[in-house]
Amino acid sequence: MRFTPISISRSSSLLAVVALFACVAAMAQSPTYKMGRTPTEAEVRAWDHAVGPDGKELPPGSGTAVEGAKIYAAKCSFCHGKNAEGNFPFARLAGGVGTLNTPTPQKSAASYLPYATTIWDFINRAMPRDAEGTLSPSEVYAVTAFILFKNGTIKETDVLDKKSLVEVVMPNRYGFFPDPPQSKPDKDHSWLPYWDQVKDLRQNDKAFGGR
Amino acid sequence: MNSTKPDRRGFLKGSAALAGLAVGAIPFVNGKARAADEPTTKRGVTPDDPVIEDLAYGGRSGFETTTRAHSVGVLNATGLRNLTPLQDTIGAITPSGFHFLVLREQHLPNIDPKEHTLLIHGMVDRPLVFTMDELKRFPSVSEVHFLECTGNSGVMHYKSYLSDMKKYPDVAKDVRFIQALHGRTSSSEWTGVRLSLLLKECGVQSGASWIVAEGNDTEKHAKSMPLEKCMDDVIVAYGQNGEALRREQGYPLRLLVPGWQGVNNVKYLRNIKVVDKPYYFQSETTAYTNLRPDGKASIYESQVGPKSLITFPCDGHQLNERGYYQITGLAWSGRGAISRVEVSTDNGRTWKDAVLQTPIYRKAHTRFRFDWNWDGSEAVIMSRCTNEFGDIQPTFTELAQMWGNAREPHIPAAEVIKFWETANISEFLNNPIQPWKIGKDGSVKDALYTNLNIKV
Repeated sequence: MRFTPISISRSSSLLAVVALFACVAAMAQSPTYKMGRTPTEAEVRAWDHAVGPDGKELPPGSGTAVEGAKIYAAKCSFCHGKNAEGNFPFARLAGGVGTLNTPTPQKSAASYLPYATTIWDFINRAMPRDAEGTLSPSEVYAVTAFILFKNGTIKETDVLDKKSLVEVVMPNRYGFFPDPPQSKPDKDHSWLPYWDQVKDLRQNDKAFGGR
Repeated sequence: MNSTKPDRRGFLKGSAALAGLAVGAIPFVNGKARAADEPTTKRGVTPDDPVIEDLAYGGRSGFETTTRAHSVGVLNATGLRNLTPLQDTIGAITPSGFHFLVLREQHLPNIDPKEHTLLIHGMVDRPLVFTMDELKRFPSVSEVHFLECTGNSGVMHYKSYLSDMKKYPDVAKDVRFIQALHGRTSSSEWTGVRLSLLLKECGVQSGASWIVAEGNDTEKHAKSMPLEKCMDDVIVAYGQNGEALRREQGYPLRLLVPGWQGVNNVKYLRNIKVVDKPYYFQSETTAYTNLRPDGKASIYESQVGPKSLITFPCDGHQLNERGYYQITGLAWSGRGAISRVEVSTDNGRTWKDAVLQTPIYRKAHTRFRFDWNWDGSEAVIMSRCTNEFGDIQPTFTELAQMWGNAREPHIPAAEVIKFWETANISEFLNNPIQPWKIGKDGSVKDALYTNLNIKV
């Protein structure tokens, strides 16, 4: 027999909230509950550090691979190797350009990422381990430059700063799909469009159940 | 508790009475508890060391030894025990202490909820900071949802499992196959406030289309998510299974993104910025993307496909005699409610419907049960599920084919599988049908990953 789905995931209290929203929708999202306080500018600044491809949150400062090499040797090479080659499980950071479509792809941060800002953001956010947040913005620019230089993406003397970092064209810039990413579900409320393929595939599946 | 009633709960009379017991402890608390039929001097009390404090929170019987298992691969070195013991789960809810976890850093945050706040800013009319007390004053919801790690059931975990068996045999021998391969999924009742409600309090500006969510762990785990999903069913959760979140589950506050891969469910949630594009964080680019043999990788694909798994009997179980067994397992889908689970006991030739445990919640583990008589011959058993939209769980080959067809040019399934076998990559979105082979000796073994051509 086939079972009818029973959905009780939306509780009655939620329905009440939904109803409430229906009422306030006309008021263009004015606050309903009047809780929370306005953050100070400093509070927002302290958490406004996420850096995306347009780099608009990047702070002032600058650095080159030459400067980055010293910082990298002191603070990064222990885990990631002298030349950013990685040491499993510590990520390979540079190298492997041109291998992604081979049977043995060598993914590294610099060869795989579509945007250089990701390297800056992650170093600034999470590195070095156990001393996160201790690098100055210029040091982060410098280490980023070192990794990109080791990957052959920029020159050793190229200066990375707020402006030049976002202009770096990464070797795998167009390696991801869908591009742009899916930001809305399809009409059936699905965020993964190809599941319904299975039905068609199964029509032709003679060895169903096996590998 | 009625303290005057001399009934079988008399041992709970009160602390004075308990303190007066010379020996005596609570049978369901201590490790060396008596067998149920052993005579006792007082009903419900055993001659055991008293650990009265245990009653303040409660614990399980010392006879119960199931635990989360060590993560396979390099994490062994940390001693982290993070994998849900699916082979021993009962019903549809995962106890919080069994809930899997992924820790991408060395430290488990220990956050004082009095100090913790949630900041919402960016493309909003009114940036706001909420305290934990305020968040708990908002209208709350409780919903049952599964949470599954992006890489769960991936071939990469089988590789780690094999390599661990070689490198750390002492540790690996205790890790059950089903835990190592599939133990990154759990289901809980989550309680919190809708993210959409908080966002509306702040007034989302037109043009906004994504959010960036960040945790206050040392790594400051960050994730971009489409605003459309956030305005739908995402919960800012502080409760799990009737109590506060466990520390390893993001105490005091986390995102719970129903039906979406684990990496989205930002723990220790501290900061949300409303933005107009995804940010391409490390956690959504170098990891959690899905590389194909043609060198192209999918990105920002988070919805978990329809998936089911027999948890008894499974690899490592032993059937000691012929006769009746209840085949049971879990089914879930990131898109909707499970509407059907079928079980085959003849290697996929014929299928029969299993009984689904009700109520069935959307985007939650659903327990299924199936009556079976084992006649002592070799058998391959497996389950497959369908969700309310008619999406069906693929075989391993179908999964590979679907992935090969995800973009032009299409790639044959065999080539995709070979790539998974040989390339040193993480592959995600794994929801293949998992067959278990029952031998004539009653042993139960994996009949999928074992057949892959993998060298470690």
